[in-house]
Amino acid sequence: MGVPASGAEALSVHRLSKTFGPTRALSDVDLVIEGSEVHALVGHNGSGKSTLIKILAGYQDADPGASVRFGGQPVDLPVQPSVLRQHRVRFVHQHLGLVERLTVAENLWLEQLALGTRRRVDFGSLCRDAAQALEEYGLPLDPREPVHRLTAVQKANLAILRAVIPAGDGDTAAGLLVLDEPTAFLPPEDKRHVYEMVGQVTSRGTAVLFVSHFLDEVLSLSDRVSVLRDGQMVVSGAPVELLSVHDLMRHIVGSATSQAALERPVVREAPHVHVRGLRTPSLPHLDLDIAPGEVVGLTGLLGCGVDEVARGLFGGGQARGHLDVDGRRLDLASLRPARAMAAGIAFVPADRAREGVCVTLPVTDNSSITVLPAYRRAGALRRRAMRSAAARLARTYAVHPPSPDLPVSALSGGNAQKVLMAKWLRRAPRFLILEEPTQGVDVGARAQIEASILAAAAEGAGVLLTSSDPEQLADLCHRVLVLSEGRVVEVLQGESLTKHRIAQACLTGGSTDLLSATTDQPVGKEVAPR
Amino acid sequence: MNADADPGSGLPPSGTTVVSLDSPSPSRGATSAPAPGAADEGRTTTSPMGPGSRLWATSLERAALPLVLLLLVVIFSVLRPTSFATTDNAAAILGAQAVLVVVALGLLVPLRCGDFDLSVGGTLTLATMIVAVLNGQHGLPLWLSILAALAAGAAVGAINGFFVIVFGINSFIVTIGIGTFLLGVVSWLSDNRIVSGIDSALLDLVVLTRVLGIPLAFYYALALCLLMWFVFERTATGRRWLFVGAGRDVARLSGIKVDRNRWGALITSGAVAALAGVLYAGTTGSADPRGGVAYLLPAFAAAFLGATSIQPGQFNPFGTLVAAYFLLVGITGLQMLGAEPYVQDLFYGGALVLAVALSQLLRGRRPQELG
Repeated sequence: MGVPASGAEALSVHRLSKTFGPTRALSDVDLVIEGSEVHALVGHNGSGKSTLIKILAGYQDADPGASVRFGGQPVDLPVQPSVLRQHRVRFVHQHLGLVERLTVAENLWLEQLALGTRRRVDFGSLCRDAAQALEEYGLPLDPREPVHRLTAVQKANLAILRAVIPAGDGDTAAGLLVLDEPTAFLPPEDKRHVYEMVGQVTSRGTAVLFVSHFLDEVLSLSDRVSVLRDGQMVVSGAPVELLSVHDLMRHIVGSATSQAALERPVVREAPHVHVRGLRTPSLPHLDLDIAPGEVVGLTGLLGCGVDEVARGLFGGGQARGHLDVDGRRLDLASLRPARAMAAGIAFVPADRAREGVCVTLPVTDNSSITVLPAYRRAGALRRRAMRSAAARLARTYAVHPPSPDLPVSALSGGNAQKVLMAKWLRRAPRFLILEEPTQGVDVGARAQIEASILAAAAEGAGVLLTSSDPEQLADLCHRVLVLSEGRVVEVLQGESLTKHRIAQACLTGGSTDLLSATTDQPVGKEVAPR
Repeated sequence: MNADADPGSGLPPSGTTVVSLDSPSPSRGATSAPAPGAADEGRTTTSPMGPGSRLWATSLERAALPLVLLLLVVIFSVLRPTSFATTDNAAAILGAQAVLVVVALGLLVPLRCGDFDLSVGGTLTLATMIVAVLNGQHGLPLWLSILAALAAGAAVGAINGFFVIVFGINSFIVTIGIGTFLLGVVSWLSDNRIVSGIDSALLDLVVLTRVLGIPLAFYYALALCLLMWFVFERTATGRRWLFVGAGRDVARLSGIKVDRNRWGALITSGAVAALAGVLYAGTTGSADPRGGVAYLLPAFAAAFLGATSIQPGQFNPFGTLVAAYFLLVGITGLQMLGAEPYVQDLFYGGALVLAVALSQLLRGRRPQELG
């Protein structure tokens, strides 16, 4: 595809490792990207993709011993912004970095204006140059249009164009363009516009590193594929012709069996949680019943609407419809967290540091904020009782160090997550909603947190678990709903509830046509979603 | 974005609710933004703390400001034994200047919730003027005039809250505007003249009656300080304010009614500023249409300086009390040493910036220490 660049090699990474405390996010990763190829990087969340991109972008340093070359020339780590500019290595992240209130032309030349390479700020000439660049890449945009009026796909393409166009006279097109899940939030019918843009980019000699979860798009768009799993490059630059969706999936998920199976509580009672006609901005309709002791998983790729469901059911987001808990009817449009809590609902958000706990405040305060009235006596709070209860909780949930006076910022991610779990589980919720409960958590803490989820279910909570980790879903859930583009595309339970089946349903988005076209193994569907 | 001690760094986007712009938290520990990589990969921090040395350092940090205050008192007493080290001077600093302590304590409530109240100078002046006009000019009973002043203060807080909560405007902008507006109201009420004739009973209640040689005003400030401490540390409301200030999204998703608490905090600071205005009327016996404005800056300096002491990293009442008296002792002592009047502005202005810098230093250092 396209014309090979003169240097032939756009990027080479050799023996790259990155350690965070006891966790190894990347170990001895090798990656070579040739000039003007589209090279896809896939792997599920937590596989190390983001860490690799962050090291390339210079946000993070790597462990000593790694070597990185841009365009054949070795560079020092951490990567400096000037080095990225010099080798024309550009990034387009999911959040595109456009200034919404400025025009297309201003956004296009933003960096040049900021760097002073384009000193004369003459709006007319800005627009003329912008029009020329837009024309050249086949983007039908008005340079004078404010960016907030563009559609999502227009914005994505503008961000790509801005990344690759030459910075000034004598400059060349980008050497390497890193696209970090640029299509995650785009409607499926618009994605092809981005693919066309990628074609435009590579035809001018730029290599593209394409990070994506969508395997069909990976196979149709890329020349070669690399797969990261648990920090290791399990496939390094395999030509797409040699791979099927099925192969890719196998590499992504791995075949290692999970640790000792966790004991799921037996569901004896009839459902006590009923979701009726749930509607969120990206999900038109969902009905759901959960029984005491039952753990229901909800999953799907980025942008499929899972996160909106979780917080919508707690009154923390935009949602419509009804929710019954123990016969109490809640109107989701007007539901607020305080009332959801009164109805016995608990919500553990994914963004621990921003929404879960106040990291500057001690463990005592963080774990007791949900039960303050219980400590009120004669108008005053019994602080000593709060503290000793917090100390007890810290022991129960194995928070280390078990000191209730430490601010949460002094704890590791796993221990902070245990505090967040304790804060909610001590309310003995009837309906427990969890959002990525073990994200950024080490293996030991993960096992403890998973055990505490099952313990809460055994005590009679109905659990809704949103997670992007197929293994976790398969381990904990009685039933898993897979969402894609706002629809339930698959319901897995019993024998069919395996991590492979979950991953398969997520990655193919229920598009069985594609699957049967590229693999000879048929995929059965258990339950037809409405 | 780190706008905590620099709330004016950006203009608020119009119409939208902005929570991060106005959060004057001097809190210790990490800010809301985790290190890149925290979201996706396993970020695990170790906490290599030597408990012994930390404990020692923490106690020193807590006690530093009171010790410096003590040192100042000793130095000035040695240098000016006949003017500084007298009971009259002590009474003047502790009693007559208690107004500053009260204003600063009132500020703590919105500051704890992550909001600024820059209208306290205007509210104080308005309350003083209401007492003077109602009681001094129109002969209304003293208690009724005081009640009217306090009600006016709470009303100002409610108006501040209305714009901050309903329109989602940065509290910095709203309160600076309302404060200026109030000064206009005061000038109009008073014809821009000093209004006198306040019932001398108020003077008795505030500065003339002394207990252990110290005017009652000091005890009012002390009582308010105790009350504030109790509310902050021993009530559910106080805990909720702390969460609203430390993490608005955490508070919201923990079932706390964030808007209601912020609004309540602004009403409280308005009422307390009005109380300070009543005390001010009781120390001078009259109302100066520009008199209260001078308290705004030192009150903020005291609040921020106080956040470096007693409970470092948190706006706290006893730290504020100590900080206010530190500022007052410093000014009085310097003036007795023959410093020019402009030293007051240098001292207050300098103290505010230094205090904010110190509290930034506290939070800047902590995350590195703790990983």
